[in-house]
Amino acid sequence: MDLVIEFTIFVLAAFVGFEVISKVPTTLHTPLMSQTNAIHGIVMLGGLIVAGYADGALELTLAFIAIAFGAINIVGGFMVTDRMLGMFSRRKPKPSDPEQGS
Amino acid sequence: MLTAVLEPGGDLTTLLYVLSFSLFIIGIKQGTSPTTAKRGNMIAAVGMAVAVVTTLLLDGIGNWGVIVGGLLVGGAIGVVASIRVQMTEMPQMVALYNGVGGGAVALIAWSEFRHGAGGDFPLEEFVPILFAAVIGSISFWGSNVAFAKLQDLIPTKPLAVPGQQVINAIILVAVLAICIYLGINHDDDPSQGLFIAILVLAAVLGNLVVLPIGGADMPVVISLLNALTGLSAAAAGFSLDNVALIVAGTLVGSSGTILTMEMATAMNRSVPNILFAGFGGAPSGPSGSTEERPHRSITAQDAAISLAYADSVVIVPGYGLAVAQAQHAVKEMADELGKRGVEVRYAIHPVAGRMPGHMNVLLAEADVSYEKLVEMEDINPDMPRTDVAVVIGANDVTNPAAKDDPDSPIAGMPIIEVADAQQVIVIKRSLSPGFAGIDNDLFYLDKTAMLFDDAKTAAQNIASEITKL
Repeated sequence: MDLVIEFTIFVLAAFVGFEVISKVPTTLHTPLMSQTNAIHGIVMLGGLIVAGYADGALELTLAFIAIAFGAINIVGGFMVTDRMLGMFSRRKPKPSDPEQGS
Repeated sequence: MLTAVLEPGGDLTTLLYVLSFSLFIIGIKQGTSPTTAKRGNMIAAVGMAVAVVTTLLLDGIGNWGVIVGGLLVGGAIGVVASIRVQMTEMPQMVALYNGVGGGAVALIAWSEFRHGAGGDFPLEEFVPILFAAVIGSISFWGSNVAFAKLQDLIPTKPLAVPGQQVINAIILVAVLAICIYLGINHDDDPSQGLFIAILVLAAVLGNLVVLPIGGADMPVVISLLNALTGLSAAAAGFSLDNVALIVAGTLVGSSGTILTMEMATAMNRSVPNILFAGFGGAPSGPSGSTEERPHRSITAQDAAISLAYADSVVIVPGYGLAVAQAQHAVKEMADELGKRGVEVRYAIHPVAGRMPGHMNVLLAEADVSYEKLVEMEDINPDMPRTDVAVVIGANDVTNPAAKDDPDSPIAGMPIIEVADAQQVIVIKRSLSPGFAGIDNDLFYLDKTAMLFDDAKTAAQNIASEITKL
């Protein structure tokens, strides 16, 4: 792909990233960081591609580790985020909750 | 194994990648609101699945043993680690996942470098490879140090070498010099040795930059490294001509930067301050002499009496509560107080624990209702009208030095003003300083009573003492 087109995409993506995160409640800082962390696991695609033309023991090993690292990043990242957020979604308003004072 | 059906850079491939990063953008957007965050994470995960499958179908993908092996090994580690991890250890888990992401970038860059060397090596591929290698390596090692600090494998206190900034600057200049040298000579078989030297120097830099940073600042550092890994993934995308990598990496880079700044603002710190001055900037008060200062120590029974006859109680939870897994015991204690007509609320400091939102997650797990969790800004004006403030395993976030002592390493950090309450009970295992490594004057006030015990045991004891009253 043309470098200039790639650069255009890069700049536009950067602005989308800036805009998409507006004011985030403090509570969601960690889960959101964890989710974006999982998204950069996209580098695993790079591992898959270089595996295709890897040649010799060193390059095969590099590709293997890169893919394994990427897979940990993706799978672990999304699952940990889900666990963190699960703690919130389990909360249902309970009418029986004893409300004192206030 | 599979027949390659997609052409790299072909129309269908690109469209599938566009679908995948659209899902990422929707996922991140939904992650900013509590009602949609869980679904947002799912959507982003689906986007990732689309991207991975698309890539696996590309023409030229081969060495299936390596691919399947890597996917299985990495996937299994990811699954087991995420299921086993305790809620208290989530922050270091994020650091670790971030680190392996950075490591993958560095290794891919190395692979690309070997692949391109000797042949036609255009500069527009060469430069992003060098960038990806340097940032990936810094991120890998920096994240590992952050992990080790949070896991208490190495001291959480700032570790600094004299002349640290100068050493870092020299290493950075050396890395840049090698990169420029390689860039000038990129056409005639660039040296593999020099490339490895870049990886190693960047690794040293990653260690040296994160080691001097105190544990309390670690969340911001992890977030910053997260953004850097995203950028390095985008760089790898430039060298591989892969639009999915460019867009997804850049999204993480820019949204991660905003998130980092928001986290720093919540702690009233600035990012350059954390990185370059850090808590290591000034030696922090007389540590070690803490044992000698007079303080008042009480039993669970005393605490129960103070609490049971109060009208309003504010509980200030901190990392000690998380470590002791005391959230259920504390909820029980609060319920006992509730039965006696005491108004119990929880004061949540934005960075209590080791990650923003840490306390909300823990208390939600114990079924504490949302409306009882009060943010710092809202609870502080109520403090003078509060009969008893109970500090459970929190330290730095209540330290009056943050506002009274301009020389304190945590000066300027907003705190929960427990000292304004009529009476303060601090449940803590010892007088030892907190994460920032500094003494807390709160413990020595006349109105403060110390209950030395594990947070869980203390809460259980207080609850059972309350039932006896």
